[in-house]
Amino acid sequence: MRKFFSDLVASRFFQFYVTLVLFIILFGIGSLSFDGFFSWQVFLNLFIDNAPLIIVCVGITFTILSGFGGIDLSVGAVVALTCMSLAWLMRDTSLHPVVCMGLVLFIGIAVGTLNGFLVTFFKLQPFIVTLGTMFLCRGLTAMISRDSVPIDNAFYGELAFWSLPLGDCFLSLGAIIALSVVVIASLVLKFTSFGRGIYAVGGNEQSARLMGLKADKLRWIAYIISGFCAALGGITYSWIMLSGYTQHGLGMEMDAIASSVIGGTQLLGGVAFIPGCLLGVMIQGSILTIISFQGTLSAWWTKIVVGILLCLFIVMQALINEHKNKLMNLQAEEQGGAKKK
Amino acid sequence: MDMLKKFTHSSLMLPLTALALLLLFNAIFVDGFFKIQVMENGNLFGRPIDILYRASSLIILALGMTFVIATAGVDISVGAVCAISAASCCVLLGGDISGVAQHPFFIAILAGLGVGILAGLWNGLLVAKFKIQAMVATLILLTAGRGIAQLLTDGQIITVYYKPFSYIGGNIPGIPLPTALLIAVCMVLLVIILDKKTSIGLMVQSVGINQTASRYAGINVTLVLFCVYIFSGFCAGTAGLIEGSFIKAADANNCGLNMEMDAILAVTLGGTLMIGGRYYIGGTIIGAITIQTLTTTMYAVGVSSDRLPAVKAIVILLIIVFQSQKFKQMYSNYKLKRKDRASGQKEAVNA
Repeated sequence: MRKFFSDLVASRFFQFYVTLVLFIILFGIGSLSFDGFFSWQVFLNLFIDNAPLIIVCVGITFTILSGFGGIDLSVGAVVALTCMSLAWLMRDTSLHPVVCMGLVLFIGIAVGTLNGFLVTFFKLQPFIVTLGTMFLCRGLTAMISRDSVPIDNAFYGELAFWSLPLGDCFLSLGAIIALSVVVIASLVLKFTSFGRGIYAVGGNEQSARLMGLKADKLRWIAYIISGFCAALGGITYSWIMLSGYTQHGLGMEMDAIASSVIGGTQLLGGVAFIPGCLLGVMIQGSILTIISFQGTLSAWWTKIVVGILLCLFIVMQALINEHKNKLMNLQAEEQGGAKKK
Repeated sequence: MDMLKKFTHSSLMLPLTALALLLLFNAIFVDGFFKIQVMENGNLFGRPIDILYRASSLIILALGMTFVIATAGVDISVGAVCAISAASCCVLLGGDISGVAQHPFFIAILAGLGVGILAGLWNGLLVAKFKIQAMVATLILLTAGRGIAQLLTDGQIITVYYKPFSYIGGNIPGIPLPTALLIAVCMVLLVIILDKKTSIGLMVQSVGINQTASRYAGINVTLVLFCVYIFSGFCAGTAGLIEGSFIKAADANNCGLNMEMDAILAVTLGGTLMIGGRYYIGGTIIGAITIQTLTTTMYAVGVSSDRLPAVKAIVILLIIVFQSQKFKQMYSNYKLKRKDRASGQKEAVNA
């Protein structure tokens, strides 16, 4: 029994299990307390409402995974910038919305490239660099327009309201994109040499370099992916908001980091599991749903609960790491003993 | 010449140059930038005073942040702690429109500072005891902090009509300089005295360079980390009182918003590296003043507050690139190459 628990805690997916159990408990509490909570649509709404955050969270996880204090604080600002550029492009130019979306994705890639260049070439702290690009993108958003710009393109509106019927329920286009991003990212991390390389570089850069991996190149790509995901998240965000505004996506980076950590990502790099991030976002979403069902609590309770959860998960991570170290030491001792004999 | 060389190699070179450039720009393009007037009630008034006045809460925050960063950590919760501190002080004073405080003034002040210290204790506990990465540990309070402040104020903006509260962010009658500036100067003096007369600074640097080695050298690493985070919390509490007093209200959503970013920026601008192990208090102060000067300058030339971040960002990115090891290396390589070429030409002429 003891061995079972020890192995369970040391397993790679322990954090994921904990997050999953937590999500089921939260959803269970909601279902038991409120009529009409337990339905497929409420569950699917978690994806629909949080589609931008899921996409952004996947992107930010890549940068955290790549180590060297990796983080991307610019994502929230990139979301705002993409929304604003979309709104502006559709209002003031006659470009087709699809072309606009393509252009906007390039903005994300450009910001990611800049981040990656500064981080890998000049060896600057990712925290400071992305802080800088965050300010830059927020400022650029305000340069385009200080007021809210509505999106009233007919085709774009159709896209935003398009939904995939699933029995009695439906899933929006944004949610479908978010789920496919999660699937693709998981597959890339698991089965491609790039994904494994990222894990290796984040876990231990020195040994990764000695193995012949190009650490800088991999890390750079991670930042580009994050920028791209932020822009894609921005597009889905604009489908929800149908406007561009400087305050869009404010504080989204912190929500994304929190979801990522709750989902089992370690900020030291080298440890992450993308489906866990999805669950992290959904936990935040279900807290918000419970609060809206309850009706009298204010939205800032979400922040407090998420803060407490973050705290629990971070302490848990520290304990798990300690346990793993202990196990490793034990193993080493056993092996050493065997050799002596 | 030697003096000049010493200056260009010192850590203060960059922030001072930036500040000088900004001031030069102002002197040329903004009319009456350096004019200081005496107002009717005896208060001093003018753009330089205004810059120092607005920069004072940033200086205080950045002071705390300097030591945290020197131990190779970072405290991103300070903005949220500002909000909690302002909220608790304002709640205790109460929003009575007749200007009567519900609790004595000093208790409210102590509560504001105490909350800051408590927040610092919490961060210190996580970082020093549980050995959690500083950024992650302080992320908790950053996420939950504004929620806690909302909880205290019950989601309302409490406006304080009690007169002495506005003295903190304004002027005490009869004293020509803003109180916030005086508080900042006192804190700076205190820190400089502590730094020069005790070995605290040395210990902090040692912890920042190598924790294990410091422990073997007999330094109580846990205690040092605790002290550093508590001091940062205290600074955040003080800054929160000043910020709250500026607007005479507790605004849980906007009090100290993005201040943590500005504080980190001021510290890095001052030459303190994020990897820890070294700090420059003078640099931090000049960094904070530079940031505020930049802000005021931009306002003076008509850049709106929401467009300001773009300008700020370009300045930050340029500065950190100039500070980076790689850039310095490239520059020295370039100089060497030029020298080589020059000597090569000379040889060619001689031959």
